[in-house]
Amino acid sequence: MENATNFLNIQDVSTAFKINGRFYDAISHINLQVHRDEIMAIVGESGCGKSTLATTIMGLHDPAETKTSGVIDFEGTDLLQLSDDQYNDYRGAKIGMIFQDPLSALNPLKRVEDQISEVMDYHSDLSRDAKHARVLELLDQVGIVAPKRTARQFPHELSGGMRQRVIIAIAIACKPDLIIAYEPTTALDVTIQAQILDVLRAIQQENHAGIILITHDLGVVAETADRVAVMYAGQIVEEGSAEQIFTTPQHPYTRSLLRSMPQRENENDDLYVIQGNVPSLQRMPQGGDRFAPRIPWVPQSAHEAEPTMHTVAPGHSVRCTCYKVFTFPDQQKGPVTP
Amino acid sequence: MSLVEIKNLKVHYPIRSGFWNRITDEVPAVDGISFNIEAGETYGLVGESGSGKSTTGKSVVGLEKVTSGQILYNGHDITRRNNRRKLDYNHDVQMIFQDSLSSLNPRKRIEDIIAEPLRNFEHLSKQDEKLRVLQLLDIVGLDADALYKYPHQFSGGQRQRIGVARAVATNPKLIIADEPVSALDLSVQAQVLNFMKKIQRDFGISYLFISHDLGVVRHMCTNLAIMNRGRLVEIGTCDDIYNHPLHIYTKRLLAAIPRTDVSQRAAHRASRLAVEEIYREQQDKYYDDNGRAYPLVAVSPTHQVALPPDIAQQLAHQESEADV
Amino acid sequence: MWKTILRRVLIMIPEVIILSILVFLLAKAMPGDPFTGSINPKADPAQIHHLMKINGLYDPWYQQYWNWVVHLFHGNLGNSYQYQEPVTRLISSRAANTLWLALLTMVLTYALALPMGVFAGRHEGKLPDTVIRVYTYVTYCIPFFVILVIGIWIFGYVLGWFPTTGSISADATSGFKSIWSRAYHILLPAILGALFSTVNIVQYLRSEVIDAKRSDYVRTARSKGVPNKDVYRHHIFRNSLLPIAAFAGYSITGLLNGSIFTETVFSYPGMGLLFVNSISYRDYTVITALVLIYGILNLLGTLLSDIILSIVDPRIRIE
Repeated sequence: MENATNFLNIQDVSTAFKINGRFYDAISHINLQVHRDEIMAIVGESGCGKSTLATTIMGLHDPAETKTSGVIDFEGTDLLQLSDDQYNDYRGAKIGMIFQDPLSALNPLKRVEDQISEVMDYHSDLSRDAKHARVLELLDQVGIVAPKRTARQFPHELSGGMRQRVIIAIAIACKPDLIIAYEPTTALDVTIQAQILDVLRAIQQENHAGIILITHDLGVVAETADRVAVMYAGQIVEEGSAEQIFTTPQHPYTRSLLRSMPQRENENDDLYVIQGNVPSLQRMPQGGDRFAPRIPWVPQSAHEAEPTMHTVAPGHSVRCTCYKVFTFPDQQKGPVTP
Repeated sequence: MSLVEIKNLKVHYPIRSGFWNRITDEVPAVDGISFNIEAGETYGLVGESGSGKSTTGKSVVGLEKVTSGQILYNGHDITRRNNRRKLDYNHDVQMIFQDSLSSLNPRKRIEDIIAEPLRNFEHLSKQDEKLRVLQLLDIVGLDADALYKYPHQFSGGQRQRIGVARAVATNPKLIIADEPVSALDLSVQAQVLNFMKKIQRDFGISYLFISHDLGVVRHMCTNLAIMNRGRLVEIGTCDDIYNHPLHIYTKRLLAAIPRTDVSQRAAHRASRLAVEEIYREQQDKYYDDNGRAYPLVAVSPTHQVALPPDIAQQLAHQESEADV
Repeated sequence: MWKTILRRVLIMIPEVIILSILVFLLAKAMPGDPFTGSINPKADPAQIHHLMKINGLYDPWYQQYWNWVVHLFHGNLGNSYQYQEPVTRLISSRAANTLWLALLTMVLTYALALPMGVFAGRHEGKLPDTVIRVYTYVTYCIPFFVILVIGIWIFGYVLGWFPTTGSISADATSGFKSIWSRAYHILLPAILGALFSTVNIVQYLRSEVIDAKRSDYVRTARSKGVPNKDVYRHHIFRNSLLPIAAFAGYSITGLLNGSIFTETVFSYPGMGLLFVNSISYRDYTVITALVLIYGILNLLGTLLSDIILSIVDPRIRIE
């Protein structure tokens, strides 16, 4: 395994969007390392900033509308310092991205083959025949039964699962070192979902790639991820191995999410509901624990003024000190003591 | 007598082709299914996309032209339009949709959206109507200032609750919920599911809960049916289906549900791949020569599976032995 | 593909029949008759009555319609009451004028509108976009004939750059000279017509480009490492031009309708001017013929749009 510092090392990255003339942080001070040969999952609900993190790594933001700071060190290069042209040598070649909603992510007017070989047009000097052969090989690799036929088809002629496979084929066409998979299975049936995740895992093992799997689906994470970062309101609130996150979760948000999942154990009970709503960008609490308003029964003194990450076990860290005293309201035995 | 009895329901869509666009063939979206919904229960209808589960839901509400078969509501066949009118069926049966944004009229205020079914059916005075809308908003946990807002001003979960408020406005007996939570985040999904359970307890509503999410269905339902290619492959209680599945398709679906016990990941994956393998090898046995699922046969008072009777008994026997 | 087009053409047949009946009945329903006042203000009513009778104007409508259709198929659209010559000859001598004007207007329209729409969409919210939008709003809210009149006044009278009436100068007789003179005469009306008809295309194209810029497939293209200019060339422009291409058929019909204004204001001897004159003289035969031609051209335009769309958009294409 390569050293973390020379694969992907995200340091203190913030991205702000311009809304009505003012900039608001969508993600703030993200620190994250991703290694080769691992699947790092980023979990969170809509509005937590997970998609902004993905598009920031890909450099897909309009510089006039966004402000990004920090360092994204990828194989020794700070991606945030690259010009758009220099970035294009990374996008598609060394970093591939898989998008959600496979229908709209494919150009409706181009044949599957053209959409896949377009990546190679810019990042390889393969001949036309070689590219054609590679397209068929890729389609076969992502589990499409009749590659020749599919290559000639248009996106609307394919099923959702097949479109998602085409999207994956595009992302892996140039064997990237890093693959960002953004909700790759959300629109799909469970049986197809399982197959797609198998394909992803196989590709990762074959190419020794690092994968960032961004999803809101805890089940998918538990099935595939090696490590997990949980995001809430633009920050990472907990990070650890999949086993740590699912068996000994620490942060109140992680614990709340897991408890709101319908599972065998709570079949007949009501599900746990987190009080309040995810704050919008403009109403993001500044300073203090951003999750504090949603667990009002935890005394203010239990939170840090400026929450930082605390290591609770090797490789397992959690934001803010409130996790130490946090209990669910229905599980409290006596008054909470800070 | 059950609240709803669906008997051999068929919905076929025509395929037009050729120069004159004549009907040359039919796709059986729903191909002869039968099940009953009891008063006050949540009945789950599970299937993948294209299985015909939404078409079934729409047929029960009366939004789909039924090719043949009957849907009995309190003993009356509501596939006939004049029966629906006579029974005040559209008053008693409401629907909740998956996409709460597109199913709410963006140019109407919440007050008008929720009051619409009341205006159609109840003819209340202005004051009573407003009171009732406020009551409904209170039931779904929204403030009175929601009255004058528009759908886009709410979050996904709030909109879904507005959809629920509209559906319960007329005190319906039955609500068809078509993927009501699949577009929602976990914590919001929990809110909506809890809420659906609460109004069921309070008002004795029955649900036909249509979903592809087996985890959610287990949480909500007492009985469920698994649908595949327009046919039912297995019917039973939650215990029958989740703990003693007999049909290969049910097993395959169950095996594909992601589990959260990370320590068992490898074992779970191995068993899923094993089931996939069996599915590939043996699926002929579970479908007839035309690829249709067999008629359902009972293996216990509650449990039915779509297999030739001898195989069904044999499988059920094996299952109960394995259980002991 | 051919089957689709053939089916589309077959659908046109009943459309044309219905159109022709409507046209015929509308012409019949117009008040007045072609003879009163037009021959001689003091003409004997009995004589008019006689003329009406020999021209078949007292027959039942379906019989008149049938006669008209039979003649139609012989290329005989009747005689103009006003000009006393066959309608076919009358129209064919003017059709070319209208056609050339429409063609040039269309070429200019697209030559102006495509770059403007694309440019405005690409630089959304910036200065060039604002300028183009102001231009489209201004031309949109000024009525067409006002644009024509202002144009004639500025370019024809004040600056004196272009002729303001007719289709050819009287002294232009020889080959090359006459072609030049014709082109010179249609230039101003074509430019003014183009300025007016760019509006819809510019605005439509602009919003298409803006939509395409934000679409998921463009994001996919960027994440493939496709350089910005190629993203525009291969994805954004291509996809947003398709609906415009399909517009071409409709825009022909728009131009024909516009020719009525242009030709009247410029006294340009085309079908539009003929139409307006025929109405004021209640020249039924000419009116019905022209409305029928305009109607059929409209149907053809729609047909053309449908065919273009089915060729360029794979989602509609039927194999």
